[in-house]
Amino acid sequence: MSDMNSGDYIRIEHVTKRFGSFHAVDDAHFSIRPGEFFSLLGPSGCGKTTLLRMIAGFEFPTEGEIYIDGQPVTGVPANKRPTNMVFQSYAIFPHLDVYDNVAYGLRKAKLPKAELDRRVKEALGMIRMDGFENRRADQMSGGQRQRVALARALVNRPKVLLLDEPLGALDKKLREQMQFELRMLQQQVGITFIFVTHDQEEALSLSDRIAVMQKGKVLQIASPRELYESPNCREVADFIGTMNFMPGVVKSIEPKVAVVEVEGLGLINSPLPEDYSFAAVGSEVLIGARPEKLDVVRGAPHPGEKGVKGTIGACAYLGDRNHYQVTIEGRAAPLQVATEQGDRSTLASFSPGEHVTVSWGDNSMVLLPKS
Amino acid sequence: MSAQPLKKIGERSWGITIFAFLYLAFLYAPMLVLPVFSFADQKVIDFPIKGFTTHWYEEMFAKPEMHKALWNSIQVGVIASLTATLFGLLAAKAITRYAIPGKSIAMGLISLPLFIPEILLGLALLIILNVAGVTLSLLTIAAGHVLLCTPFSMAVLVARLDGFDKSLEEASLDLGESGWMTFWRVTFPLIMPAVVSSLLLTFIVSFDEFLLAFFLQGTEQTLPLYIWSGLRFPSNFPPTLALGSIILVVSIVLVVFAEWLRQAGTGGGKMKVGV
Amino acid sequence: MAAGTAVDTSAAKKPSWGAAFTRSEALRGWTLLSPTTILMVVGLAAPLVIMLLYSFWKQEGLTLNTDFTLANYAEVSGKYYTVLLRSLWIAALAAFFTVLLGYPVAYYVAFHAKNSKFIWLILLTIPFWTSYLLRVFALRVIMPEELRATPAAVVIALTHAWAAFAILPIYVSLEKIDRTLLEAAADLGDGAVRRFWRITFPLSLPGVVSAMTLIFVPTIGDYVTPSLIGGGKPATFMIANIIQGQIKSNDWPLAATTAIVSMIMVAIAVYFFVAALKAASRSLR
Repeated sequence: MSDMNSGDYIRIEHVTKRFGSFHAVDDAHFSIRPGEFFSLLGPSGCGKTTLLRMIAGFEFPTEGEIYIDGQPVTGVPANKRPTNMVFQSYAIFPHLDVYDNVAYGLRKAKLPKAELDRRVKEALGMIRMDGFENRRADQMSGGQRQRVALARALVNRPKVLLLDEPLGALDKKLREQMQFELRMLQQQVGITFIFVTHDQEEALSLSDRIAVMQKGKVLQIASPRELYESPNCREVADFIGTMNFMPGVVKSIEPKVAVVEVEGLGLINSPLPEDYSFAAVGSEVLIGARPEKLDVVRGAPHPGEKGVKGTIGACAYLGDRNHYQVTIEGRAAPLQVATEQGDRSTLASFSPGEHVTVSWGDNSMVLLPKS
Repeated sequence: MSAQPLKKIGERSWGITIFAFLYLAFLYAPMLVLPVFSFADQKVIDFPIKGFTTHWYEEMFAKPEMHKALWNSIQVGVIASLTATLFGLLAAKAITRYAIPGKSIAMGLISLPLFIPEILLGLALLIILNVAGVTLSLLTIAAGHVLLCTPFSMAVLVARLDGFDKSLEEASLDLGESGWMTFWRVTFPLIMPAVVSSLLLTFIVSFDEFLLAFFLQGTEQTLPLYIWSGLRFPSNFPPTLALGSIILVVSIVLVVFAEWLRQAGTGGGKMKVGV
Repeated sequence: MAAGTAVDTSAAKKPSWGAAFTRSEALRGWTLLSPTTILMVVGLAAPLVIMLLYSFWKQEGLTLNTDFTLANYAEVSGKYYTVLLRSLWIAALAAFFTVLLGYPVAYYVAFHAKNSKFIWLILLTIPFWTSYLLRVFALRVIMPEELRATPAAVVIALTHAWAAFAILPIYVSLEKIDRTLLEAAADLGDGAVRRFWRITFPLSLPGVVSAMTLIFVPTIGDYVTPSLIGGGKPATFMIANIIQGQIKSNDWPLAATTAIVSMIMVAIAVYFFVAALKAASRSLR
């Protein structure tokens, strides 16, 4: 194994899964590093769960190959893989109590009784469920079941923990708390977590890297920051947060920036992304801007920034920030702008109908292909 | 709109309630005949009843042929119910767990014994056993009953397995257990009530079955065959009624127990089963 | 898996049956389904095919003449059509009356029994699980003397015997009806009677159809009821009595033919029944 690249603990090589003529997963090709918290993010039906189930060994690729620790695993059933899973429904065995649920995998491994007992106790302690040994599934809350499912998987010391929307069934408060605990747990055990979710905030706050999926295709794989700041396509930008999309035409390509003419906003100097092959001079592109990267001011734009005149349309007070829709002359769609809430003296500083300037810096803009 | 007020939906109406109870009476009246006349001190089965006696029970219990027939029926019933439940379980598991091409054809074939007259099945089996040179015996009766009972068993088990959370089995596989051991450690404990219910129901079907046994019998009788021969001679009526009353009580107990298990077993993942 | 174990790739390395087995859901499914399917092919399909073969052969004294002949079919249609028609007629009446009487009971349990549903269902199915022979016999005992040994008595006995088969399917189809549909109909101005005929009954038809077929098909071949109720008198003979007689006289090819002809008649009858019902249900709008 010396020739193995340590960066590739799990390799997904051109994996396609078809159910009949339906492409559940379409040519997924990437790798996951050891110790990484990796998320598969996408709307329901995007193929993220199918991909996870292929790693677990419940489904097998129609084409392509999955490698775990350098070994091809297609044809290796779930019970012979060094992965353990936390199911969406938790799948706590209803006929066994908490202790026996957690001990399930260890019993199969025929561990000596004392060692088994020690490991189960340790796992229960890790998720702070000591004292619950004799509870059954129907005597526990959703959050408790979820912890038991975690302990049951981790007690086997897998190389990879697979989590299929484990927080989906919990209410908001509990979910946030569990997110925090999951992250702590992952750092504590130091193994790879592969996490499936449709909740972008959850993915952003937990993951080292995220694969955004849609309609079976992996659109982008990047760190949360990179995904948010430099999405590589409209779909990713749209799925993660909000973005203003403005169609434009490339006027010229300078070192590091593309000059794009956008209707109503004039010329915009957008930083070039890593791959800008789509942006030839004269071609149509999209310019994207997150609402909070723009600002609303009275009079001239901020020093060193560009600006355009507009009229405040709808306003929304969101507690920590204000949302404005600003109508720009020559543009059909209004711009969404989010301004941070300062101290109380600046509350609701703009009102509908007010003439203002939208101000932005060049680095606020993202150059995207015209999907 | 009509002048009379609309009747509320689901409102109890006396007509249909009375009808339902009358129907129940129609259903149970003949069944009461058995215990009533089994204690009647008379040879002719007719009203009025002349007196009370347990004589017919004594007479019935004294007959060695009855003991033999009862024992035969129990043997046949045990073999048939165990075998049919095994076949039913395999089929039910396959049907509910996997997407199988041609599934509906196989299911139709397995359910067929419910839909063809027993006389047809009996005749067809008689012919093929004869062609194959098999001597008729209790075993051939049991084989016929397996065919008849398998669709019953499959129906009971499919109902239970249908709501079975597939991820429970996947969780077991994921934790390193093999398919076979997963069945014994997870699936079987959870579907046990339905299995017991299937065993009881198929046993009753076999225990009560007459026509196939009539065709496929060798030299030994099952209980329904014994009763049949008893019903041909009026002098045998009262002891036969005594036997019938006992069978009635036992089957009621078994059916209520099986139904109770079946209901308890459909509670999904929430029920508790000791292991 | 236990701590630190590497991937066990033994199954993947050989492109064997085992790997294909793990990968293919259909293969695993069929492996599990095959024993029961084989049981039915060997125990049911094969015997029926052989019986069909027999119907084209001829019993001549003690020897079986295996030359192809339609003589049995000619004999059955010439000799037994009265009994065949009577069997069809009795089975049809039995199915009809069982459903007619069972429907209100199923309706009562589905809509009015509320908390006692479970008890009602058990009460209605218990008779079905108790000795069929003794039930028919007991019914004969409480029947008036002059009714015994008539086709009507056979119909009554069958109506009693098959009660559970009518009530359960109808109950299931009634239970499935979304109660808000009835509220919608009421809201649109339908009274209780019109609601029943325009909503409840059409939606319960699948249950009615399966109840009818479930009773009609097996009763055609009933042997016990006509024998016990009729006391062996030819006036109540149904086709099974004839077949039993033919078996007794060792003419198996003729018995097979009679059985097959009756099955063909059943199939035709069911086909027309379902077609007629479909047409009728279209008129209920």
